[in-house]
Amino acid sequence: MNAEVGNFAKRQQQKKQQIIELAIAIGLALVFAIVMPALLSAFRLKLLGRFVALSIVALGLDLIWGYTGLLSLGHGIFFALGGYALAMHLKLQLPEGQIPEFFTLYGVTELPWFWTPFYSFPLTIVAIFVIPAIVAGLLGYLVFRNRIKGVYFSILTQAALLVFFNFFNGQQKLINGTNGLKTDTETIFGVLVGSEGAQLAFYEISLLGLLLVYFLCRWLTTGRFGRLLVAIRDDETRVRFTGYDPTGYKVLVFAISGAIAGVAGALYTVQTGIITPSAMEVAFSIEMVIWVAVGGRATLIGAIIGTLLVRLGQTFLSEQFPEVWLFFQGALFLLVVTVLPNGIFGWARDWGIPKLRSLLGLQEQLITYPALEQDPEIQQEREELER
Amino acid sequence: MSEQTTEKILEIDNLTVSFDGFKALNDLNFSMNVGELRVVIGPNGAGKTTFLDVITGKVKPTEGKVYFQGQNLRPYNEHQIARMGIGRKFQTPRVYLNLTVRENLDLASNRQKGVFRTLLGKPTKSDRRTVNGLLETIGLTAKAELQAALLSHGEKQRLEIGMLVAQSPDLLLVDEPVAGLTDEETENVGNLLLALAQSHSIVVIEHDMEFVRQIARTVSVLHQGSLLCEGNMDEVQNDPRVIEVYLGEQEEEAA
Repeated sequence: MNAEVGNFAKRQQQKKQQIIELAIAIGLALVFAIVMPALLSAFRLKLLGRFVALSIVALGLDLIWGYTGLLSLGHGIFFALGGYALAMHLKLQLPEGQIPEFFTLYGVTELPWFWTPFYSFPLTIVAIFVIPAIVAGLLGYLVFRNRIKGVYFSILTQAALLVFFNFFNGQQKLINGTNGLKTDTETIFGVLVGSEGAQLAFYEISLLGLLLVYFLCRWLTTGRFGRLLVAIRDDETRVRFTGYDPTGYKVLVFAISGAIAGVAGALYTVQTGIITPSAMEVAFSIEMVIWVAVGGRATLIGAIIGTLLVRLGQTFLSEQFPEVWLFFQGALFLLVVTVLPNGIFGWARDWGIPKLRSLLGLQEQLITYPALEQDPEIQQEREELER
Repeated sequence: MSEQTTEKILEIDNLTVSFDGFKALNDLNFSMNVGELRVVIGPNGAGKTTFLDVITGKVKPTEGKVYFQGQNLRPYNEHQIARMGIGRKFQTPRVYLNLTVRENLDLASNRQKGVFRTLLGKPTKSDRRTVNGLLETIGLTAKAELQAALLSHGEKQRLEIGMLVAQSPDLLLVDEPVAGLTDEETENVGNLLLALAQSHSIVVIEHDMEFVRQIARTVSVLHQGSLLCEGNMDEVQNDPRVIEVYLGEQEEEAA
């Protein structure tokens, strides 16, 4: 019965912590939403908005890599699909009967059939996350059902990325091939996408998106479902013999991650002004992985920190020392892999904060060795003796 | 479970498993009753682990059939067989190291193992009571909130047995539960298994003859993928064929 009481107290404490976390997250988001637009120039704000959009895809990647152990090197696919979905909608803001201008270059006179649904704004919004989710789900189902794991899974996702990249590159008549779709000069609800007002709105929407996606990921990774993801990562065979079918779980979480990447891609596209197949370049998908690794896997908050840090570093270093940035990025990745395997956030949590606490005298000093004060069995016996 | 003791919980007919021509199991026949505690012994390479692999669906039989409670297991894969009521403990303890002891047990005791039920469901009060009861049974109440990675080897073994029981299976398959344990821990695990045997059917695969003597009622000896002989401990120990292939060395050591 003692265990029951302890368990109850623990759950109360968890609830309290969750409320504090919620308050901190919303507070931070509000600071960014109100203070940053006042401080930064329109150009800088647009950059920040893009980084925020990118940290959304990093969250999705952390969900599958950090928690479930699925290292996807093909998240560019889902990112680009979301971006294209929104760009197609913007391209269709035309008077009745006209088709986007680039089609005439290739002698296309009729809108390809798959463009039609993108006339509708609600359908586009749904498509931004449903299409990547379906593609990810299908790919995932085929791979996971055949029990393809680890590095083979990574290679397959990269191969899929190349297939999509080459397909989008080659289809001038369908989606303007290499040139991609420009969105800056299009309008949304009658407002020019590239205008300052619209960009501010996209920045705020990106922040809101980040907040929502963060809480979605938090919800998914706590509780039984999240623990099962960790269990699949650590020992999938055991999970099977416990009576769970890992395939369904992996497909679902991969599809969700794809959907998140789609949302990020759409937000990134409107703040960049263009989506091209280069969003599906191998290097970009690998960069996403680096963000998560730098921030710290399986921490969620680390994915956000990592993205912002790497991208901010990229901006400043490439402004100061153009062309050298790639070396910095490589060095950063090497540093993280060799010195900070748990990333910046993981290091702070496992080493930095306890160290700080002990330096400040907040940590209880242990007076016995071995640490009897921390041995739960001895603590329990002591409690029973006192009673 | 206890109503018809003559009912067979597990029946294996002419089972052969071959890997690229090598017969890991060769025309094996085996059966056990509901409620029985059976120990399977045999020298290295006798096919003991393959035997468990076939029952749990990890390996499909090349020939022959496995029946669990009268049902042919061939069409089912691992998680379906686990849900039918067969729990398996691996040779080395396999628990989820990054989860706490309580979380490990909670995952195993979850009744609704579908994706969406797990996502949207919450642990019920009876789930929590089951977990607390199990914690007491395996003696890890004090360490319930510790990460499983921090447990000792013996505690991990007990935790994994606890996870098996949490699945509430009818048949427990236990692969070398005392490998690498101290004498005291061995005795603890032995008592735990004996306690569980009152409400479950159990197959134990074991090398440690002292331990086999502690828990065994009926012993089956595997040799080169086939059943060599079966009987109680004394019969098996005195069987000349068994002495030749397996116990001979042990007896000499003891003498």
